[in-house]
Amino acid sequence: MLVKKPADIPYSKVTPKNAYLNRRRFLQGTAAGAALFASRPLWDALTPAARAQSATARKLTGLAKSPFSTTEKMNSYQDITHYNNYYEFGTGKEDPATLARKLKTTPWTVSVEGEVAKPKTFDVDTIMKMAPLEERIYRHRCVEAWSIVVPWIGFSFSELIKQVEPTSKAKFVAFQTLYDSKTMLNSFSAGINFPYVEGLRMDEAMHPLALLCFGLYGEVLPNQNGAPIRMVLPWKYGFKSIKSIVKIKFQEKMPPTTWNLSAPSEYGFYSNVNPAVDHPRWSQASERRLGELFKRKTVMFNGYEKDVASLYSGMDLRRNY
Amino acid sequence: MLLQRIINNKWTKRAAFVLCLVPLGVLAWKAFHGDLTANPVEKLEHETGDWTIYFLLITLTITPLRKLVPHLNLIRFRRMFGLYAFFYGFLHFFTYGLFDQMFDWMSITMDVYKRPFITVGFLGFVLMIPLAITSTAGMIRRLGGKRWQRLHQLIYVTAIAGVIHYYWLVKSDITLPLRYGAILALLLLARVIFWLRARQSKLAHSAAARRESAPAL
Repeated sequence: MLVKKPADIPYSKVTPKNAYLNRRRFLQGTAAGAALFASRPLWDALTPAARAQSATARKLTGLAKSPFSTTEKMNSYQDITHYNNYYEFGTGKEDPATLARKLKTTPWTVSVEGEVAKPKTFDVDTIMKMAPLEERIYRHRCVEAWSIVVPWIGFSFSELIKQVEPTSKAKFVAFQTLYDSKTMLNSFSAGINFPYVEGLRMDEAMHPLALLCFGLYGEVLPNQNGAPIRMVLPWKYGFKSIKSIVKIKFQEKMPPTTWNLSAPSEYGFYSNVNPAVDHPRWSQASERRLGELFKRKTVMFNGYEKDVASLYSGMDLRRNY
Repeated sequence: MLLQRIINNKWTKRAAFVLCLVPLGVLAWKAFHGDLTANPVEKLEHETGDWTIYFLLITLTITPLRKLVPHLNLIRFRRMFGLYAFFYGFLHFFTYGLFDQMFDWMSITMDVYKRPFITVGFLGFVLMIPLAITSTAGMIRRLGGKRWQRLHQLIYVTAIAGVIHYYWLVKSDITLPLRYGAILALLLLARVIFWLRARQSKLAHSAAARRESAPAL
């Protein structure tokens, strides 16, 4: 006995043969198109060839090694130079890599003024010769909760302090970035006030870990990383590491700092990396190390606790964020 | 007319369906070629977030557009765009859940509780779930047109939540959140205007009807 189940769709709903064949051909065409589309050669042809280390940048050689260097894996030159917060040249992470080309880094002078025995305007090349250049591989932690490891080149800022002889009235150091309205965004577009200013307490500035920096990865700083001279403060959030310095002033009063002016409840003067003190809007307990897929726990003072904790003994770091 | 025929054509709808997947395709391709910037997870989160807002705004454009060009059958695309908003919203939440939190639900709950921008973002996403579930024609019939329409007005809350979510997470550059907020405000304002006009004409109509049915003196 033949038991047949009725078909569950009427014959009228069956796809007509020519439509079915057309659809097959459509899919085949799509697959072929997708394969070509996904091919590496076509991709390379379409993207700008800005991936290699700079061919023209001045090399810095004969660098001394530093005991402050970490053994953690360094991020690639490509990542370090194409993921930047330098709002003068755009607020997107990849903007400064192209827009900072407008920055003119020679000639460049830095004015050292205020509570010093001999205020003077230095040429950046003169400053570079004040002490032997070292390679310092530092962890760098942004307040946005991402981090990188960068092989910076420079020497302790204390070397410059020694040379300019601050007076006893110098309790703080104030820094200022270049502002050029012709090549840089205005404050309104960037969302923060320019020129960018930062500051340190005198003992922080004197600490050997505080780096006066001229280069990275064996060459002078790329524009987007704050050429030609910047600070690197590895135990603080990255925005304290001011770029493209034109003025250094020793003074009695605590200096204003740009991000604190922009949002006082979110960014403090000290801004030490501290997993226990959250940003009002997001957690600081973890961070994304670029190149890693999952987040990692943030470490007190970005892992430099044994070096700098003594600077803050007795201080309430939640109040003094 | 030609535009009408194109919009009614089944291939147009299929092409639109495929086109809506292009943003995901581009992301997949970039991921495969290592071109998602130095911080790929952040890039994925931002792109999927952007496309969630884009599709919410596109979906919200349909109804005002229908009032302007009533002869074009645009309603046939609304559900698709709405579901794509949910799709990209899901990808956005999934990226966060996986790469930021390794699907630690305790930690995710803490985030939703403690971080206002995540609270509103999560709210916006969660409100899309009932909308996605009741998106079918069968569901419209089950709920009844009026109830279904009332429920799906939740998309206004989702869209507003999305804009606030974005505004609360940027560090200083509020250009894009403000831009999306402005577009959303216009789309909502258009609805208010249409609603007021409909009310006005209804009142005028009923006044005229009362005058007509009044006993002749």
